[in-house]
Amino acid sequence: MPEIKVTPLGAGQDVGRSCILVSIGGKNIMLDCGMHMGFNDDRRFPDFSYITQQGRLTEFLDCVIISHFHLDHCGALPYMSEMVGYDGPIYMTHPTKAICPILLEDFRKITVDKKGETNFFTSQMIKDCMKKVVPLNLHQTVQVDDELEIKAYYAGHVLGAAMVQIKVGSESVVYTGDYNMTPDRHLGAAWIDKCRPDILISESTYATTIRDSKRCRERDFLKKVHETVERGGKVLIPVFALGRAQELCILLETFWERMNMKAPIYFSTGLTEKANHYYKLFITWTNQKIRKTFVQRNMFEFKHIKAFDRSYADNPGPMVVFATPGMLHAGQSLQIFKKWAGNEKNMIIMPGYCVQGTIGHKILNGQKKLEMENRQTLEVKLQVEYMSFSAHADAKGIMQLIRMAEPRNMLLVHGEAKKMEFLKDKIEQEFTINCFMPANGETTTVITNPSVPVDISLNLLKREMALGGPLPDPKKPRTMHGTLIMKENSLRLVSPEQALKELGLNEHQLRFTCRVQLQDPHSDPDTLSRIYTHLKSVLKGYTIQHLPDGTVMVESIVIKVSSSAEEPNTKVLLLSWSYQDEDLGSFLSTLLKKGLPSGLSSM
Amino acid sequence: MAAHLKKRVYEEFSKVVQLPQEEAPAKKLRLTKPSKSAALHIDLCKASNPTDALQYLLHFARSSVEAESVEGVVRILLEHYYKEQDNSVRLKIASLIGLLSKTQNFNPESILDDTLNTFNTEKSHQVLAQLLDTLLVIGTQLPESPIVRHRLIEVAYKHLSDTYFGVRNKCLQLLGCLGNVDTPLNKDGQGLVPAVIGDAQSLISDYFADQDPRVRTAAIKAMLQLHERGLKIQQTIYDQACRLLCDDYEQVRSAAVQMVWVLSQLYPESIVPIPSSNEQVRLVDDSFGKISHMVSDGSWVVRVQAAKTLGNMLQVSPHFLEQTLDKKLMSDLRRKRTAHERAKELYASGEFSSGRKWADDAPKEKVDTSAVNLIASGACGAFVHGLEDEMYEVRIAAVDALSALAQSSASFAEKCLDFLVDMFNDEIEEVRLQSIHVLRQISTNITLREDQLDTVLAVLEDSSRDIREALHELLCFTNVSTKECIQLALLELLKNLTKYPTDRNSVWKCLKFLGCRHPTLVLPLVPELLSTHPYFHTPEPDMDDPAYIAVLVLVFNAAQSCPTMTALFSDHTFRHYTYLRDSLSHLVPPLRVRHTHTHPFQTLGPPIYSAQLFLQQSLGRISTIHNLQDPGAQDLLNFTIRDLQRLGELQTELAGAADFSATYLRCQLLLTKALQEKLWTMAVPLCLKHNAMATAAAKQMLEETYKLEFLYSGLENRQVATIHHVRLQAKALQLVLTARTRRGVEPLISVCEKFLQEVESFQRLFVVELPHLQESFVGKLLDLSPKLSACKPGELVKILQTTLRQSGFLNLQLPKQVQRASATIIEPTGESDNPLRFTSGLVVALDIDATLEHVQDPHNTVKVQVHTLTHTSCLTAHGLACQIEVRLLLAYSSSRLCKAAWSDSSTEGLQPAEGATEGTIPFGKPVKVFIMPKPARR
Repeated sequence: MPEIKVTPLGAGQDVGRSCILVSIGGKNIMLDCGMHMGFNDDRRFPDFSYITQQGRLTEFLDCVIISHFHLDHCGALPYMSEMVGYDGPIYMTHPTKAICPILLEDFRKITVDKKGETNFFTSQMIKDCMKKVVPLNLHQTVQVDDELEIKAYYAGHVLGAAMVQIKVGSESVVYTGDYNMTPDRHLGAAWIDKCRPDILISESTYATTIRDSKRCRERDFLKKVHETVERGGKVLIPVFALGRAQELCILLETFWERMNMKAPIYFSTGLTEKANHYYKLFITWTNQKIRKTFVQRNMFEFKHIKAFDRSYADNPGPMVVFATPGMLHAGQSLQIFKKWAGNEKNMIIMPGYCVQGTIGHKILNGQKKLEMENRQTLEVKLQVEYMSFSAHADAKGIMQLIRMAEPRNMLLVHGEAKKMEFLKDKIEQEFTINCFMPANGETTTVITNPSVPVDISLNLLKREMALGGPLPDPKKPRTMHGTLIMKENSLRLVSPEQALKELGLNEHQLRFTCRVQLQDPHSDPDTLSRIYTHLKSVLKGYTIQHLPDGTVMVESIVIKVSSSAEEPNTKVLLLSWSYQDEDLGSFLSTLLKKGLPSGLSSM
Repeated sequence: MAAHLKKRVYEEFSKVVQLPQEEAPAKKLRLTKPSKSAALHIDLCKASNPTDALQYLLHFARSSVEAESVEGVVRILLEHYYKEQDNSVRLKIASLIGLLSKTQNFNPESILDDTLNTFNTEKSHQVLAQLLDTLLVIGTQLPESPIVRHRLIEVAYKHLSDTYFGVRNKCLQLLGCLGNVDTPLNKDGQGLVPAVIGDAQSLISDYFADQDPRVRTAAIKAMLQLHERGLKIQQTIYDQACRLLCDDYEQVRSAAVQMVWVLSQLYPESIVPIPSSNEQVRLVDDSFGKISHMVSDGSWVVRVQAAKTLGNMLQVSPHFLEQTLDKKLMSDLRRKRTAHERAKELYASGEFSSGRKWADDAPKEKVDTSAVNLIASGACGAFVHGLEDEMYEVRIAAVDALSALAQSSASFAEKCLDFLVDMFNDEIEEVRLQSIHVLRQISTNITLREDQLDTVLAVLEDSSRDIREALHELLCFTNVSTKECIQLALLELLKNLTKYPTDRNSVWKCLKFLGCRHPTLVLPLVPELLSTHPYFHTPEPDMDDPAYIAVLVLVFNAAQSCPTMTALFSDHTFRHYTYLRDSLSHLVPPLRVRHTHTHPFQTLGPPIYSAQLFLQQSLGRISTIHNLQDPGAQDLLNFTIRDLQRLGELQTELAGAADFSATYLRCQLLLTKALQEKLWTMAVPLCLKHNAMATAAAKQMLEETYKLEFLYSGLENRQVATIHHVRLQAKALQLVLTARTRRGVEPLISVCEKFLQEVESFQRLFVVELPHLQESFVGKLLDLSPKLSACKPGELVKILQTTLRQSGFLNLQLPKQVQRASATIIEPTGESDNPLRFTSGLVVALDIDATLEHVQDPHNTVKVQVHTLTHTSCLTAHGLACQIEVRLLLAYSSSRLCKAAWSDSSTEGLQPAEGATEGTIPFGKPVKVFIMPKPARR
């Protein structure tokens, strides 16, 4: 039986270094090639030796697909393609292709220049790797080779994030990457058509969460910022350069516009400016509002948000500053925080999760005195707010996607095992489909039942149509006779005559004959005519003929009567039918074995 | 009046009938009749290939055919139809027949047989579909004939099993439009019609499961069509329709939503079982749940349809309804409270701040995993999804649906409040505006909590004026629960006032209603609001401060129904009350105050009656004047005009009537003065000065008549006649003056003719009024009319002169309600010394905000005039501030009143500016604005 195999190399019952191998219809595909944020050793990258112990991966993989530009989905790409060795095509959407190298370069800089690691990929490798990338458009079907085709769907989450459908023949797999089923200020919601894949591989970060409406959080956020600015305070928002930062920017920008506010908003420069540039370019990937209004004004050309300069931090009066990094552990955001922490009028808003040990984590837990370097203490008087904006689908969103795509099997990755367990139960219970959650390196095999396309000759079809009702009734299957010819990788259903002709064979007739003994006192011709009348009364709607040569024909079945001279009352009926009429023939023989009813007149 | 109107109607009607052009084209058409069909015939015969034939047909389709020749043309077309081999040509012919059958006054029944015959030979599916479409066109035109209908249905039935989807589509459409609406003939009519054909319903429902989605859609649509035509759809279809909700194709799902809705309205109370359980629910609840489910459909078209439909299901039980706003939150398998719940709790516990700490929304109790239902069965959270949808179309539909449902259920209104308030923050202004409107509509059912009010008030800072005004309106109708709410609202409104001073009126009005609604809540706030102190005198606030006025408006309106409040006022508050009662009487209600003598109207009883009486008396006094030449008449007029003007100032209700009468009287006075001079008998060169005065008087009279006619609303025909009469007098005066100053007869002739024409048209227009005008100028003139048209200009002038002097004073009859159109420019105020800076050579925008009163159709009639007061060159010079004047004009055009009478006077030479029937009247005070052009940057 044909089967689809899925093996996660990363992200199996885990978050980080997404890398999933799929074998479908004889093709091997790698979905995502990410790195793990939590490790600094070999575990950082997926274990590619699973694919092959030595040598390049090119001959084992048909293609690599990257769903979006987050490093846990593309961070290992240059390592895989340049250092391990892969020369085949790498597919990603246009925005991902544009932004991905920026992030990879940034990642490389931090690892090599700051941490001083050697044996890491170089800038040149990133460039070489990106040369192998083939860009994808949404809803565009791309033929990787003659049989394998892929198609991208919108996934929300971040700019350019895509879900991918991989299809070989009638077998298909959909990989969601990370996705978001609720729209936000700059991106729309994920969407897929009813493509009924054999397996839907979905992320499950928030498998056990049902989120509240986004509006409340947005409103809270805006209210807090507004209040602080109105009483003349400064607001610091530590962010990571891409993704949420843009959403918050749009949120504040539109709010400023709406409320006619004058206080300046700054964005610390660097990486962000480049990224904003791409947001401007790929306006078609954003949400309805931004797409519709960009003719008047591109929403990413911020009117109120300006580039930040270090000296601005000391300016009097209210202001809002977005600064990197998000966890307040180093860099500009920390510098500004130190300057502003002493004033209770000011406020800091943490828009995301903070790792233990960072200042962000400390102040979120309400620590009022911070020990800085050189034994200085910093008193935290400013208000600390936490405001989470996450762009993953919650449990309801995942269920909604399943409902949209109607998969035959479900496979969960990119989430914690315990949470997956819950969702798995729910999916199996509510959709009655199989749900898998393989760990890293564990292979899930799904047996598929692909439909086999067969060419049918038009003549045969028309002939069968003419026999039955005028319309093919989708509710009732109909049987038809024909010959299946398997030749040169193709299947054809033709009429038997044509098959014989094509194969150069003679037609052989197959006839069944059978004798039935019957006690009947009448003469032979009389018996025959009695049989004729009997059959005529039993088989209504069939053509029954009494031929002059002493036979009765029912359709193509011949019935003869003979009797030996010694036992004139024991008549021997000779029945003969061709194999096509097997049903009718056997029916007749059993019927006649029962004998003729007594009350029959001879004529 | 009525008789007069009737006559006018007849006049106009007879004119239309008499128009000779009407017949001419008809005749022409009839002449071309044979040639037309013949030409077509020839064309079609000539066509050597299908492309040519198609061209001819396309060309033919553009020309119109008259009813009589349709049948012939159809015959010819059909003749070619049978000969034609090419499908596309046959298809075009079929569509042409449909088109032709729609010709007016043509009975399509005559071509029905011929069209039906074509079905016997047609093999092409496309052409068949087109032919069925043609039948549909014919059939819809003959809805009354059961035989035709029956035959068409038979055809449709026969082709229902066609393999081509288009044919099946059309057949279903035909069945939907023409199918039997009456109950299927199962009792006695069985013999007449085969039962299958009679029961279109079951026939159509068979196609709900067709393999082609387009046919499925058509089948549902046909069923809906039957429903619209009055057929009661059977409940058995419900299951099928519900299954179609999960169809692969969006148009099918969209139509199925409608179908399910229709059924839910037909059989709301019948009981359906819940699959996989023993329970049963009402059908309307079941369908509500199913449609709610569609709000999270993959296609936004379906989502919009579903959200809209939900708003129309008012019979749903409250339990299901409230589920739509329900969303069980969960975080890491722990039950979490929604932000709304938290806000409510915080409010209940008396704490104000929210979300200050990290993880204060941390989940509490553990969730029982088996109890969590991720795919919400039923209506769960439908609106939560709908309001969060990506497409604003869906969000708007959801907001509308919320509104409809909330209006019918108070408890639901209470529940959906949080969600609506959240929508105030939507990214699309349309959605925000809509949700504010909706909240206003349901505000009678609800009371806002403090935290909700806080969110609502935050929107007051929105830069869009529409939003702010909608919000003010909302606040007018809102109930709040505590005095803190009132304080909060007042505070935010004052903030709004400082940020957007143009909102002044709207804010005041809002506070007026707020005060009226919550007198008891305002009471404890009064000392604080008015900053009074039990021992000390506080400084008197500035009376011109809009914020202070706003506070006073709130307090006074609350005091209206709270008599104890006035005791808290300090002396200056009473003084300010008196002042505001006078200046902003629409905002400040009458109060029973301590010092009644400070209020003049309070003691006089209902002031309006006495004022009205005074007006009547004044006019009555005037009516005693018979001839304006009488001694003392002028003095009386002078006094009366003065009285009336003063009355108009004092009594706003009567301002229109008083102004109207005063203006009319002034016209009369002007005329009298111009005529009274003895200088009329003098030689021309000696009386130049007098002439100048008289000319000015005539000109002013004309201007005033236009004002009288167009600036006031509520005039009846009688008054209009009087006004026109004055205008005629003014014109006569002008004529006389022209005759005196100019020499030669030639120019006079044409002027005289003009005048006579006007007299004539006056007579025509106001036939009904003529009896009342016997003694007047026109009356006397018309007595002489046969002589007038014959006499020379010189004589005419003489006659006019004497008639003018001798004619009696025409009394003014006041109609019940006369209102004067008025305009007040609020913005720009004209007080600003800050010039409006702009780059010279470019356009500068100036926002004008004005209050218009008693203006009909303001979009078309009000215009803005910009005057440059300084020399125009300053507009291009740099760095110099210059002044422009902005004023509003009321554009009028007599065509609104009487087309025929005034169309001829438009080219009049006498007074080109005033004589034109279309013109403008300045109304409202002009406002001066400084502008300053800046040099363009290069």
